[in-house]
Amino acid sequence: MTPAVAERNVALIDLLDRLLEGGVELTGDLTLAIADVNLVRISLRALICPVEANHDAIDTRRRP
Amino acid sequence: MTAAQYVYAIGRELDPAALAALAGLAGIDGAAVGQIAHRHVIAIASAAPSDETALRARLERLDELATLAKAHEAVVAAVAALTVIAPLRLATIYQNEQRVHQMLRHRHDEFDALLDRLAGMVEVGVKLYLDNLSPDRAAPSSSGRAYLQQLSQRHQRRDEDWRNAAAAVQRIDTALAAHALDRSHHRPQPAQLSGAAGHNVLNAAYLIPNRRVTEFAELAQRLATQQPNIHVEVTGPWAPYSFATPDTGDRS
Repeated sequence: MTPAVAERNVALIDLLDRLLEGGVELTGDLTLAIADVNLVRISLRALICPVEANHDAIDTRRRP
Repeated sequence: MTAAQYVYAIGRELDPAALAALAGLAGIDGAAVGQIAHRHVIAIASAAPSDETALRARLERLDELATLAKAHEAVVAAVAALTVIAPLRLATIYQNEQRVHQMLRHRHDEFDALLDRLAGMVEVGVKLYLDNLSPDRAAPSSSGRAYLQQLSQRHQRRDEDWRNAAAAVQRIDTALAAHALDRSHHRPQPAQLSGAAGHNVLNAAYLIPNRRVTEFAELAQRLATQQPNIHVEVTGPWAPYSFATPDTGDRS
């Protein structure tokens, strides 16, 4: 992992701490609140350690 | 009928110069950002796609979530430079402008009080990490009994390190809170997500006057440097996300 990538992801996790758990919470007409922040945090791992990345790319290539 | 509205923040009414600056802002999906006003309180909003299923799918894709979060933050940060705001949580959408107006009318007094409280204030993030605690493995030893004794001593020392560090973290948090109007604790960030070195034991936000950001960040650095085994990361200044609900903060 390059330092630049690590830095960007740290910023994203700080941003999500605030945008998903902070902020004025209003009941809008569309309820799009993320039900479980833990899920988001766990999937953040995919961004930081892209071990299983390029899954889609492989699928796309195999399409006739 | 107007389009569905994505709302970024609640704020104080804008003067003509600020309104002109707002007109140049692009929000989520590049949509033009505008205001919806009721008396002295406004909502900052842009047209949003109203397809709930599509939006939900976007929020569940991490790259899309990151894009939305950054677009939301960019608008919030730009508007925070123009007026007092209380940022909204991610993805608050109303069917149309009238519905936003209705919401502003219903909650006007509450927003008015919140904006009074947040005027001139920003949020600074402080994360404290523990590093380099004593090793908990004993070195190989001649006798089994000596080995066990050594192991037990090392465990004791490690426990002591943790206790000392935990007490130091609490002292730093208390000292920082004494310089802040309010404090809020987020959950510590797991190292495998943040990629940060050390063990995050405090993930706090403090509400402080805008003009004291540098001073406050220096204080956090100084307090952490005085402690062995602790390092600090200061983030922000942020728009006051962690203090934008009527009842946020630790009431301790």
